[in-house]
Amino acid sequence: MKLFLILMAMGVVTYGTRSLPLLALGRRRIPAPVRRFFRGFPVAVLAAFAAPLILAPEGTLQLGYHNLGLMAAFPTLAVALWTRSLVAAVFVGAVAMMLLRMFM
Amino acid sequence: MPIVFGYLPIAFAYGVLGRAAGIPLWGIVFMSVIVFAGSAQFIAVSLLDQGASAVTLVVTTLLVNLRHLLYSSALVPWVRGEKRGRLAWVAAELTDESFVLLSRVGEREGHLRFPFIAGLQGAAQLTWVVGSVIGGTVGSLVRDPVELGLDYALIAMFLGLLALQIRKWGDLVVAGVASVVSISMELAGADSYAVIVATLLAAGAGFFFNGAVSEEEEEAG
Repeated sequence: MKLFLILMAMGVVTYGTRSLPLLALGRRRIPAPVRRFFRGFPVAVLAAFAAPLILAPEGTLQLGYHNLGLMAAFPTLAVALWTRSLVAAVFVGAVAMMLLRMFM
Repeated sequence: MPIVFGYLPIAFAYGVLGRAAGIPLWGIVFMSVIVFAGSAQFIAVSLLDQGASAVTLVVTTLLVNLRHLLYSSALVPWVRGEKRGRLAWVAAELTDESFVLLSRVGEREGHLRFPFIAGLQGAAQLTWVVGSVIGGTVGSLVRDPVELGLDYALIAMFLGLLALQIRKWGDLVVAGVASVVSISMELAGADSYAVIVATLLAAGAGFFFNGAVSEEEEEAG
């Protein structure tokens, strides 16, 4: 029940971002400075979310080769940039992590 | 349609990872029906896995989906004169990918017909939901997700989403500021607000760093 309510709330806020301009904006446009501010949000949220998971996996900063998640990030990023394919990146990331756990 | 083929494997991955994070199958599928937003759904899987609060889940979803305001407002001139009920329907299934396609057609034709939009977006969401069902079902069969590196697949997905969204130096600055602020706050023990504060600061940095971008470029982003 709790999960259902959370998902409903997520759906409502998401629908708000999608529908507000189409239903309420009419001929007006979102002001340019606001658009400029919003533009960075997806990259910002993703980075803010992922960076601690990779660089500080156990609550402390780990920048050495003992941090397997950080090591696996290199092939993952390389494949993502090279193939432009999310599926390839996810596959390579998971396999890299599996191999690192087996051999390190 | 390429969008349909593109959604299937990603939705599949979402379903598998959702099960690995312990979300029930109905929750996985329901999220694809009611939220239907890639990045937000992957972040939600990770947050639910960490046992984050409802407020964190909803606020983070709002932040990552704010970009839809830009897409939605860019569509306005191309759907002028449509009934409100139809506009409400168009809004429900708007995504990054469908917006890119719609804006290409909109710029060429100067107008978008409702059946075209509804057909395109309906096919996209149907694919997304079907992929989630298949992924969630297969994910239920996986015994030990950690052994297969599946716990890392979610992080790899975030890295991939980031890599594909960084197109200019300004984006890199945004990612850098967000990472540094978020990690600093987590290390300082303020982790419940880390993502929100880091996002606002980083988007602000992007505001100044990106300077005046041309409107087309903004809308395509």
